[in-house]
Amino acid sequence: MTSDEIKDLILEIIEDIDDEADFASLDADQPLRDQLDLDSMDFLDIVMELRKRHKLQIPEEDYPQLASLNSCATYLEPLLKDA
Amino acid sequence: MPVSFSQLDNSYDVVVIGSGLGGLTTANRLAYCGHKVLILEHHHRLGGLSTWFKRRGHIFDISLHGFPYGMVKTCKKYWNKEIMQSIVQLPHIVFDNPQFSLRTTFDKIDFTKLLKTHFRISGEVIDKFFATVAKMNFYDDQTMTTRELFERFFPGRSDVHRLLMEPITYANGSTLDDPAITYGIVFSNFMNKGVFTFEGGTDKLIGMMTDELEKNGVTICARAKVDKVITEQGRVRGVSVHGKTITAKAVVSNSGITNTIQNLTDRDLYSDEFYEKAEKIRVNTSSCQVYLGIRQGEKIDDVGDLLFTSKSPEFDSEELLDMKTKSKTFSIYYPKTRPGSDQYTVVASMNSRYDDWAHLDEETYQMEKQSLIARSITDLEKYLPGVSTKIDWSEAATPRTFNSYTLHTRGTSFGTKFEGLDISRSISKEVAGLFHVGSVGIIMSGWLGAINYGVIVANDVDVFLKS
Repeated sequence: MTSDEIKDLILEIIEDIDDEADFASLDADQPLRDQLDLDSMDFLDIVMELRKRHKLQIPEEDYPQLASLNSCATYLEPLLKDA
Repeated sequence: MPVSFSQLDNSYDVVVIGSGLGGLTTANRLAYCGHKVLILEHHHRLGGLSTWFKRRGHIFDISLHGFPYGMVKTCKKYWNKEIMQSIVQLPHIVFDNPQFSLRTTFDKIDFTKLLKTHFRISGEVIDKFFATVAKMNFYDDQTMTTRELFERFFPGRSDVHRLLMEPITYANGSTLDDPAITYGIVFSNFMNKGVFTFEGGTDKLIGMMTDELEKNGVTICARAKVDKVITEQGRVRGVSVHGKTITAKAVVSNSGITNTIQNLTDRDLYSDEFYEKAEKIRVNTSSCQVYLGIRQGEKIDDVGDLLFTSKSPEFDSEELLDMKTKSKTFSIYYPKTRPGSDQYTVVASMNSRYDDWAHLDEETYQMEKQSLIARSITDLEKYLPGVSTKIDWSEAATPRTFNSYTLHTRGTSFGTKFEGLDISRSISKEVAGLFHVGSVGIIMSGWLGAINYGVIVANDVDVFLKS
């Protein structure tokens, strides 16, 4: 997966969590949490969904790496390079 | 429909012991993740304390009133849209005690207004208080108690303390001496938008959840009391139930955490350090309830959905637990609870100590139950004059009743105090493949807490099964 495909994947998962999420003014460098009103349960959903779809095991200490859209892409790119 | 015991397979990926909202949710999430899941429930009915019973045409709900708005998002994500769409607000919350009488929607906007106009607290203090509780997380410092939190913002104002604490005590059994973070998290959840309930009743909710579980391939078996979790070299191998062994890679106990450690598993599975900590877990208090059915064809006025009433001069956690407490909540279930029905029921709830009730001889026990019913009806007359002539069914539940239906240690109706959370979270580090979900730590309690905790535990189990 390319960096852009990973970002699309994350947005797709977030849309499943909240179909009213507004991505129009999303800043890829800023925390998703504040911009999209995501809580810790939503982040857990993202982690579970990545495991379900791509068999990715993300250790709890790495959760902060999923803070913004860009940091997600940076963190996940090597893990999903063959996906 | 749940399957009969003889139809069960010999092996599953996961066995969930118990079918409270936490157990049901863990099962549903694990099925969603692709695992073969079996739920074993000792009672004939699913739901744990999210339950109901029928008497002479009445349906009595045990814990339907009420939960925070967060249930909307939680039910949509972890159950389905139909369940989410049945969640409705309980708009009229009433307080009546010697210090104040008022009606509120129990949300931040209305509470801010009340604190300003009724209690004469400055806007600045109110905003700071709300900002402080909203920021609280379970991993924050636990040394500050709720009493200290209240004294910091509203020193000497026992009336304000009562307004803020009384509903939360009924919601989760916590007291002024529990960690302030447990208060802050639960209170903020309610203050988001108020108090909500499930339209159609507990029976409809559990029915819809059962349908969803079966759609997702979960096998459900009721009247199946697990005797023991079976282990081999410190790892889970399955469960023993009705003399049969069912193997599983993981077992999730939705039995109480103390039951899980003391009754379902052997002592030698645990390290001394863990077991000593587990022995120190304080289970929360239990409850008494009085169920009153209004005769078919009779009506009662709309006097509010949830009434926090007391004749005690001030809020006092000990007074609330007394066998003859002057404090109780009335949940009034109007026909709107189950649209299409014309039934009215009232459930009075009190917090109680197991020890006060456990050792009474049968005659005294029955007498105390009757006097509990009589006191409840007398108190209800204040809000619904003449109601005593309209009641055609009355019945009481005590900590003994809660113990007998849930099997919970000392009949706890609110799980454990804060320390139970750590033990529940870390049991899988002691016994590979053994997990716990259920009301622990005050915050993982109530309908919303139980469901969300179910999701958290399902994630742990999924990680374990896929590693």
